[in-house]
Amino acid sequence: MMAAVEIPPFERFYESHKDEVYGYLVRLLGRQAAEDAFQETFLRALRGYPKLEHGRHLRAWAFTIATRLAIDERRRARPAPLDPPEQAVVDGEPAFAELAQLAGDLPPKERAAVVLRYGYDLTYADIGAAIGSSPDAARQAASSGVRRLRRSLK
Amino acid sequence: MNVPQDLDSRFRDRAARGNLLDVAYDVADSPIGPLLVAATGRGLCEIAFDPEPEREAERLAARFGTRVLHAPRPLARARRELDQYFGGRRRDFDLPVDIEWLPDFQRGVLEELARVPYGRTETYGSLAARIGRPRAARAVGGALNRNPLPIVLPCHRVVGASGSLVGYAGGLERKRALLELEGWNEL
Repeated sequence: MMAAVEIPPFERFYESHKDEVYGYLVRLLGRQAAEDAFQETFLRALRGYPKLEHGRHLRAWAFTIATRLAIDERRRARPAPLDPPEQAVVDGEPAFAELAQLAGDLPPKERAAVVLRYGYDLTYADIGAAIGSSPDAARQAASSGVRRLRRSLK
Repeated sequence: MNVPQDLDSRFRDRAARGNLLDVAYDVADSPIGPLLVAATGRGLCEIAFDPEPEREAERLAARFGTRVLHAPRPLARARRELDQYFGGRRRDFDLPVDIEWLPDFQRGVLEELARVPYGRTETYGSLAARIGRPRAARAVGGALNRNPLPIVLPCHRVVGASGSLVGYAGGLERKRALLELEGWNEL
């Protein structure tokens, strides 16, 4: 039987994931909107924390909350201007930073699927959970996003 | 991409203000070394010497719930009162404490301990007598050794029958320093 994975103190969960969740939100929403979404992501995580039954998939869970907030925010507001590429390259992921820039015009779910798959290496099962769809639909959203990007580059 | 410091602080503040935490903690400097101070919504629940915050967080989570966060704001008053105490400007703490979770015997000992005045000492035996258990000096010693709120609940003021310091979970040097701060002179 697989041992239950203990739920860590919230401090450890937050410290483990805050930087990449923040980077993800900046890429999806721009720096200003990302600040609000960042706080809201971890406040929601705090509200949900007592209901967790085990400590598995916490990284994917954090991205799920952030993604849902980002999708709502992008539907509600016009996309904010993204960081210029030279700033987004700071963390040493130039290829991904360019991808995130390019993905700026995709529909919210496709954008989240592309960024989560190619920027953060989440599985399609986790991406599906994040964007509220099945793993297959998540795979399709990522492929469709990439196809759309290719067309826009031609 | 690192979270900006001010955003991180704002999140920690909001989490505490929204009553979303089981335990907030902070680390305070003091003349007897760094102290971890922690509080639940009911009051101060732990003061620890030589803190290793990650391990303390695990322990606090096991006891009070997993929503344990380093959040300085709820501890501001405790830190201020501790600063005043160490600066010789405070004799009594005026802080709510959370010791409801302790076994009855230990809670009874600590409640009685809280009445031992600043700068005075009491023996294990006399404290045992004061809770109506005159033969329980050793058990009283055990309860004090596991005091979750040293300094604020002044177990440093309890000494052996001969007046010797005997023991202290934070080390005898700290016990001596606290008593000397309160104007005590070893016989």
